[in-house]
Amino acid sequence: MVEVAFFAGAIGALGGAIAVIGLRNPFYSVLALIVHLISLAGLFLLLHAEFLAAAQIVVYAGAVMVLYLFVAAYVGNIDEPLWEPIPGQRLIAPLLALALFVELSIAILGTALKTFDSEGPIIQDGFGSPEAIGELLLEDFLIAFEAASLLLLLAAVGAVVLAGRRRDDEPGDGPEPEAGPEPKVGTRVGVGEPAGGIDDTPGRREGI
Amino acid sequence: MSASTYGWLILAFPLAGSILIALSWKVLPARTAGWLGVGAIGLAFLSAVGAAAELLSMPAEERLVPDSLYDYAGATGIPFDLGILVDPLSIFMALVVSGVSTMIHVYSVGYMTSDEGYHRYFAYLNFFVFSMLLLVLAGNFVLLVVGWAFVGYASYALVSFWYRRTTATKAGMKAFVINVIGDIGLVFAAILIIQQLGASEYLTVFEEAPGVFESDEWTIVAICLLLTLGAIAKSAQLPLHTWLPDAMEGPTPVSSLIHAATMVTAGVYLIARAHPLFELAPTAANIAAGIGAVTLFVAATIAIAVKDLKRIIAYSTMSQVGYMIMGVSIGAYSAGLFHLMTHAFFKALLFMAAGSVISAMANMQNVDKMGGFRRALPFTFVLMTIGALALAAFPGTSGFWSKDEILGFAIERGGWYWACAIAGYVAAFITAFYSFRIIFRVFYGPKCEEAKELEGGHLHHGPPLNPHTFEEEDTDVGFPGKVHHIAERSWPMAVGMAVLGFGALFAGYIQVPGVTHVITSWLEPTFENSALFHIEVPVKNAYIGYAVGGALSIVGILLAYYLYIVAPGTTDRIRARFRHLYELFVNKWYFDELQDAVIYRPVVAFGRFANNVFERYVVQGLVAFVREGTGGLGDTVKAAQSGFIRSYALFVIAGFVALGLYFLITAS
Amino acid sequence: MDTSWYLVLSALLFSTGAIGVLIRRSPLVILLCLELMLNSANLAFLAFARSLGDQDGQIMALIVMVVAACEVVVGLGLIVAMYRRRLPLDVDEARGLRG
Repeated sequence: MVEVAFFAGAIGALGGAIAVIGLRNPFYSVLALIVHLISLAGLFLLLHAEFLAAAQIVVYAGAVMVLYLFVAAYVGNIDEPLWEPIPGQRLIAPLLALALFVELSIAILGTALKTFDSEGPIIQDGFGSPEAIGELLLEDFLIAFEAASLLLLLAAVGAVVLAGRRRDDEPGDGPEPEAGPEPKVGTRVGVGEPAGGIDDTPGRREGI
Repeated sequence: MSASTYGWLILAFPLAGSILIALSWKVLPARTAGWLGVGAIGLAFLSAVGAAAELLSMPAEERLVPDSLYDYAGATGIPFDLGILVDPLSIFMALVVSGVSTMIHVYSVGYMTSDEGYHRYFAYLNFFVFSMLLLVLAGNFVLLVVGWAFVGYASYALVSFWYRRTTATKAGMKAFVINVIGDIGLVFAAILIIQQLGASEYLTVFEEAPGVFESDEWTIVAICLLLTLGAIAKSAQLPLHTWLPDAMEGPTPVSSLIHAATMVTAGVYLIARAHPLFELAPTAANIAAGIGAVTLFVAATIAIAVKDLKRIIAYSTMSQVGYMIMGVSIGAYSAGLFHLMTHAFFKALLFMAAGSVISAMANMQNVDKMGGFRRALPFTFVLMTIGALALAAFPGTSGFWSKDEILGFAIERGGWYWACAIAGYVAAFITAFYSFRIIFRVFYGPKCEEAKELEGGHLHHGPPLNPHTFEEEDTDVGFPGKVHHIAERSWPMAVGMAVLGFGALFAGYIQVPGVTHVITSWLEPTFENSALFHIEVPVKNAYIGYAVGGALSIVGILLAYYLYIVAPGTTDRIRARFRHLYELFVNKWYFDELQDAVIYRPVVAFGRFANNVFERYVVQGLVAFVREGTGGLGDTVKAAQSGFIRSYALFVIAGFVALGLYFLITAS
Repeated sequence: MDTSWYLVLSALLFSTGAIGVLIRRSPLVILLCLELMLNSANLAFLAFARSLGDQDGQIMALIVMVVAACEVVVGLGLIVAMYRRRLPLDVDEARGLRG
């Protein structure tokens, strides 16, 4: 039974991963990643990490991926050019990744991990439960916990700063239009403002 | 004050004068700087007199007074100290040097007026006197080398004093380079002495030397030959003499000081000072004497042919120094040093007078163009004649007493020294001839244009020309000044000349054989251990020698009188008949050409080879190789800096793979 | 299931993510592939936690999730800023570090 669940999750994860790297449309890639994440959540459950599985779905697949979806939608779709400017990249990259996988496998399979029990030691009840995680976070890993919160704060501020509007941004997107006889609407180059609706892409812009 | 204090003062005054003038040249008015220089040397002379008085008040055996300010043996491992030796020989030299220098400084105050480099001149001149005094007062061989080197530098600075004249700078370099050859000899001699005897101080060395060396052992001969090398270069003896005529490019007072009275006598002083070593190596002493003998003859022959006034006098210096070198090498110490003193007087005087004449000729020095200056330059005429008489060893003058004393000593020693004596007498005859050649050419005969102008009261001014290449020059700094000064119109010049003229006439009477022997008795303490010093020429033989010398001198003068006054034009016919001999003499026995071919050209060719081949291909090739290599390496690495993020990511993953591989291998 | 299965799966997912990072040109997709790699690491942590009976691995995985979230936020902010300024959304165009 466990094996079935494992293989289901594994195939889902792997399939999602391959779809992420293979699909042309980034929107579809995001969706594939969501599948991948949910599969992984299943695997987490198999590993007695209930809290993490839930966190994965709620936070990762739920929040972070939705953020990705928003941005993917905002940015739109652009075909990646076929021509490869870096000579040899498309050839070497898979080879290297393959080498990496082989090395890791050798390391995993050919080493002392063999001494592990098939199942592992007997674990107590409540292993991976929210109480246990909470206890650890607030007792043994308090500093890491607090630091992670700080990091989140920084990231939030950073994101606001990065993506916020600036005065010297695209013309027409900055200060309010001056009051004058000439209406400014005509001079506004199409701007990707969410409030402004769907933009019309001027020719020179290359997007995703 | 003790003798050694006087000794330090002798050194301190000229050095202080030099530094003071050098530092205050912008503030000090010109004449003040000049008199300051005179004062410094005058004080040095007075200190020398004081030292002499102090020495005389001591008993004779104690008159060798070493004194040391600092011992360098501890710091450097070489046994020498900052020490002087105040003894009769050094004080004798100090008196001569400082006395004659004072007069030359006085002369220069007048002569160098209107030269832009007036302050620089006096600073250099004071420094030169300091260096020479350091040389003679030094108490050990190492400090001697220091003084020697300083003198070489000072002479270079003064010869190329008019530094914007290319002929002057070339002459300065020539003088310096040839002097350096001598310096090498001196330094190696000092090294050998220190190595063999473990000390460099004179008194220690001279005491130990007879115990350490056998007579004519090759080490002591080598030391003395090296010392001779130094002496030859500094005193302009064959074959290292070619710098002296060219050094006439310097201002005339410089020629008078350096190339008549002081620097060229340094070699004589060296041999006299190192006499214990030379007496242990008779071979070396004979070689030195031989060189002196050859030089005095060759130089005299050249002097009868060359046309430049200052060069005639320069060759006569070379010849007279040859006498001195010969004298001190064969053991005639007091005679040689006596001649050094009298020569200083009359040669300096001759140069000074020549300076006056050249000024009247607006810096032209060709004897052919001069004539009839007797009425226009009366004072100069009288004094130059006095100098010429002394040079010709006319009976009664100082030169007469000193030169013939050397030759009498040579005869007394006998053996092969008879050859030296005969060479000396023949050269004395030639000397008498050419000294009056100068007088008769310059002051007698048809009056030249400049003489006529001067008789009318106006000093001739021509365009400022280089006296040898005749190219037009500036009169700004680095060139001679605009105004020329003659003795009749410049009292400092006249005073300097007059004092020396007095010396040239009467200084000989302090050493008349059988009557007075001031010099011999003065020098006794230094030379008391020398066997040769105590050889006495019987008075009768001495006077026979004097009679021969006097007769030759008079005959020489009469010959010159005949050829130049009674039958002018004879010289042209003689020149035509003996053309090859004349060519040999006028071209200075082709020594310059010999040096050019044997030394100069090969060295220049080697230098050119080194530049074109070695430098271009090996050195630059190596540098280029490194440059190209590094650049190439850099370019290769630069290729990896493509700016592509994905490329960098590739490198990261690749590195990770490699690392993993490494760990896998080492773990298995 | 044997722990090594999970670990091999984790390695495979990691390599897949690596290929994606190296091959794709759109910054958005590259970020997604980075997520793949991070999640594979998470899986490895949890597998070890299970096999060692130690919950510290789960805490680690939680923290990794937090960090990944922050990184995503900043990365997406960058992409939005790029888009706003009409810069081409292609990592190969960002060659300022060249030479």
